[in-house]
Amino acid sequence: MVSIKQDIRIGFYICHCGHNIASMVDCPEVARYVEKLPGVTLSRDYKYMCSDPGQELIQKDIKEFDLNRVVVASCSPLLHEHTFRNAVAAGGLNPFFFHMVNIREHDSWVHTDRKEATAKAKALARAAIQRVAHHKALEVKRVPVHPDVLVVGGGIAGIHAALTLANAGKKVYLVERQPSIGGHMAKFDKTFPTLDCAACILTPKMSDVGAHKNITLWSYSEVVKMDGYVGNYTVTIKRKPRFINEDLCTGCQECIANCIYKEPKFTDEFNEGLGKRKPVYIPFPQATPQVVLIDPNVCLNFKRGVLTDKCKKTCVEACGDRKAIDFKQKEEFVEIKVGSIIVATGFQTFDAKRVPPYGYGTYPNVYTALEVERLVNASGPTAGEVILRDGRQPKAIGIIHCVGSRDKKTNRWCSRVCCMYSLKLAHLLKEHTEAEIYNFYIDIRAPGKGYEEFYDKLNSEGVHFVRGRVGEVTDWGMTPEEEGKLVIRVEDTLAGFVRRIPVDMVVLATGLEPQADAQDVRRLFNMSCGTEGFFLERHPKLAPVNTFTDGIFIAGCCQGPRDIPDTVAQAGAAAAEAMVLIDRGHVEQEPNTAYILPDCCGCKSCLPLCPYTAITFDDATRKAVINEALCKGCGTCVGSCPSGSIVQNLFEDEEVFSEIEGMLAD
Amino acid sequence: MKYSYFPGCSLKGLGRAYEESLLPVMKHLGVELQELDDWNCCGATAYMAVDEVKACVLAARNLALAEKSGLNQVMAPCAACYLVLNKAKHYFHDYPAIKATMDRALDAVGLHYSGDTPVRHPLDILLNDVGLEAIKQKVEKPLTGLKVATYYGCQIVRPYATFDDQYNPTTMDRLMEALGATVVRYPLKTKCCGGSLTGTLPEAGIRLVYILLNEAQKRGADCIATVCPLCQFNLDGYHAQVKAQYGDVLVPTVYFTQLMGLAFGLPDKQLGLNRAAVPFKWRPTEALPATAPVPA
Amino acid sequence: MKMRPTIKYEADRVRGFGREIMSVPGCEQLESCIQCGTCSGVCPLSIYMDHTPRQVMALTRADFKNEVLRSRTIWLCASCYACTVECPQEIRITDIMYELKQRAIHEGIYPKRFPIPILAHDFSEMVKKNGRITEMLLVIKLFMKTSWLAALGNWRLGIDLIRTGRFSLVTERIRHHGDIARMMDAVDGKKGPSA
Repeated sequence: MVSIKQDIRIGFYICHCGHNIASMVDCPEVARYVEKLPGVTLSRDYKYMCSDPGQELIQKDIKEFDLNRVVVASCSPLLHEHTFRNAVAAGGLNPFFFHMVNIREHDSWVHTDRKEATAKAKALARAAIQRVAHHKALEVKRVPVHPDVLVVGGGIAGIHAALTLANAGKKVYLVERQPSIGGHMAKFDKTFPTLDCAACILTPKMSDVGAHKNITLWSYSEVVKMDGYVGNYTVTIKRKPRFINEDLCTGCQECIANCIYKEPKFTDEFNEGLGKRKPVYIPFPQATPQVVLIDPNVCLNFKRGVLTDKCKKTCVEACGDRKAIDFKQKEEFVEIKVGSIIVATGFQTFDAKRVPPYGYGTYPNVYTALEVERLVNASGPTAGEVILRDGRQPKAIGIIHCVGSRDKKTNRWCSRVCCMYSLKLAHLLKEHTEAEIYNFYIDIRAPGKGYEEFYDKLNSEGVHFVRGRVGEVTDWGMTPEEEGKLVIRVEDTLAGFVRRIPVDMVVLATGLEPQADAQDVRRLFNMSCGTEGFFLERHPKLAPVNTFTDGIFIAGCCQGPRDIPDTVAQAGAAAAEAMVLIDRGHVEQEPNTAYILPDCCGCKSCLPLCPYTAITFDDATRKAVINEALCKGCGTCVGSCPSGSIVQNLFEDEEVFSEIEGMLAD
Repeated sequence: MKYSYFPGCSLKGLGRAYEESLLPVMKHLGVELQELDDWNCCGATAYMAVDEVKACVLAARNLALAEKSGLNQVMAPCAACYLVLNKAKHYFHDYPAIKATMDRALDAVGLHYSGDTPVRHPLDILLNDVGLEAIKQKVEKPLTGLKVATYYGCQIVRPYATFDDQYNPTTMDRLMEALGATVVRYPLKTKCCGGSLTGTLPEAGIRLVYILLNEAQKRGADCIATVCPLCQFNLDGYHAQVKAQYGDVLVPTVYFTQLMGLAFGLPDKQLGLNRAAVPFKWRPTEALPATAPVPA
Repeated sequence: MKMRPTIKYEADRVRGFGREIMSVPGCEQLESCIQCGTCSGVCPLSIYMDHTPRQVMALTRADFKNEVLRSRTIWLCASCYACTVECPQEIRITDIMYELKQRAIHEGIYPKRFPIPILAHDFSEMVKKNGRITEMLLVIKLFMKTSWLAALGNWRLGIDLIRTGRFSLVTERIRHHGDIARMMDAVDGKKGPSA
């Protein structure tokens, strides 16, 4: 038996935890056993240690019996370690003179034999007693939190999070890679189930962002580097050249009207390729900031993106005194310091070409849902008239659900919003065209508030619902009525037979996927991803907006497909989490960090091993240095150091070995 | 370029025109084919309906024989044989229990299959090993003006799509274009012809044949080019039944090798063109003068 | 008007049938079927089937063995693999159809004189005996066993085949035809010289 220093006075408490522990472990017996161990001043068993009386008991005993170490044998430390540490601190003792033993999850709950369970409890207690004697007083470190916040992504999630924080008086940087904020929501016509006009509810928030004194909006910009740790992030942002001076541009758009190109000729990305724009353009009428930009790949003043200055530059002429056009503008890098970051980078839509049987890209009148949003929108390429690519107006339309969702060959998950938006598009198309509308579905997923009622409304509008996943869309006919049409062949599973339905237009309800560069972005922000590629939350139920990196939060579809109500709720949640950090003003670091002794010989073996990149090399002293704020106490470097020069608080060699000896003593 | 040649029962029987045109065309291109000695029936879809492990064993005997011959690349022109031999190979690799049985059965007749022998379709070999350039060089009578509907059928693109796209294969299209023909857009190029159902369940089978012929006719095709003897048989042999039920959709169906032979200037009787029920009468008109540069 | 109730009781299920089919290598994914109907949607023969491929999958999984093996569906499958390629759960429907065909043949569950299983059976017998098939012999035998009338209906086809030199009745046989039977016996675990 290891001898204990004379001045160690340990208080031991074993909790019954009601029946959870006491049903399998003979607690009074263990208490009696421990009482006899060296260093133990008192040993009690008690029904509920975590309760107020339980905690008060510890505090009273520390004072009354002059205890300088405390051990509690009860449930998992994950649950109550901090409870007891606080109790010990309230009793006037350093909280790290406390050690907790798990005899519930590790003992009582995994045994069926009382004798064995009690014997194990004794061994665990003994190990703890021997360990705690070696505990040293440690101080929780406090790291200050920078009060500014970075929000990455200016869709509805980013906008809402930014406004919430800005209205609370926090300074927010909102970085958006597109020339305007608004995200996907800006492209929608109406939103389900209320049929609110998306732009009408979004643009007020967008202009609030543009006008807010607490928000610095950097559009057409991207984050390229992030360093630091919670409360202290240093972020580098690349501001891409618009060739327009944002401060001088008034958004009058005279340059666009006077461009050398009299007619728009180039693919309009905002209108999903259905419309055309000029080299100088504004993405959409309500863009925020209300600033134009120039596309160097098609502008005549450039050749292959490089400035040649060969164009007449009628745009500059039209701009006149404002002098907002600057062809020499270069990309700019800005560095900011923030305390927390909210990543709200959104989603991309599934590429419908990946499902060849549906004919997207082969037949001109097959559209994706987002294309149809632009088609029915009053500010879209056809001013809201549903005119197909070949000039026709559809008399029959087929909407195919689950394209690129619920499919092991493409994306396994359900994209959650497509059933609802397909219902919405059915409604809008019916309104705009009076065509026969067919929705082909596997299941109708309408879980939200007012969603089932919306489905009911669609049924009453005479939309045909066919339960069957469409097999193929073809352009050959078997009957005269099928000639010149797109024919949908599907099993109407509810009716029980196969049908061929000729339509003029096919709409594919494409699913939601992670953005194309999601892997790069998540590495940039030190986040994890799930198997599907969406950013990973810390806990699917209890921490949906936190990531495994403190200070970095996620909101919206970048975490998984969701509709606008849930996105806004998540954005608010992420803002609240950020506010917790800011208003508290500091973060407390668990002191189980590692530190490097002067013995370090500079071999650098530890540097690449740290999963948190907390170890750097000081070239001046030729020794490794651990950043305490980044260190998470995993112990990898400690175990690897060939000269044993790394020590970890709370897991020093003496502590660990004495625990092992205590475990094996009997 | 030398390959083990696996004709399959049909190429010696109802589909003999396929072999008759394939052999001289390959020879003309310098591709050596050595018929697999004592090959047995691959089992096609029929044996799979009786016992799939035995069907794999049946197919595997041929693969083992190919390995034994030292020529370890097998050319299987018949689409069904192509599928079945590849399926046996997949099962050998994917299912250890079936592999064990296959090993045991082959061992009982003194054979061994390593699992490596690739089974390739002539289209694959023509486009990837011989190359379109070499084929173009041999064209003496370009098929200018011939409108071809290329019909791949099921078995060379499903379920294993190795040398061509599963939904829109283009190897035969490119081959036809290299021969100077015009390929019409034929959306039914991978639609099932019904297989043996034309004989066993005509009501269903004939309808599928009609759909294929009708669409080819609607698209203005002068002929349909096939890769499978059963497809050719179905599309060619049942015109009377189709006519009786649906109307006349007379479009001749040939093997792609027969068109190759015509383009190479090989004589008709070497190409089995007289074997079809619906005669293919179109012939290329001009031969290129000997000194003229070959078409690009 | 004769009316028969179509209700099915639990006694109509053959418990374990679904599991049995799903335990065959390649057929495991059937447990993931969401009954979307894509298979029936692409199947060129589904319009002639009494139960669509999707229904057969549901019936199989639910252990309705008799209904499945007595359906026309399994015989109408032309193995074009369109369903297998399109199934979002990657269920190998064509291979399951083969499994069901095998069980039906094995248990002799098919209408008398129904050509398709008879063809499959005769095909396999011819291969076992000779190592190859002689198509014309097989076809004639099939017509003799099933329907003389159908044979007569195809008289024009017969004439075409004779005219184009494809009407051969010479038995195709491989040299080592005994090998086939020996291999099949080895599969069955039988040893020794075969018939």
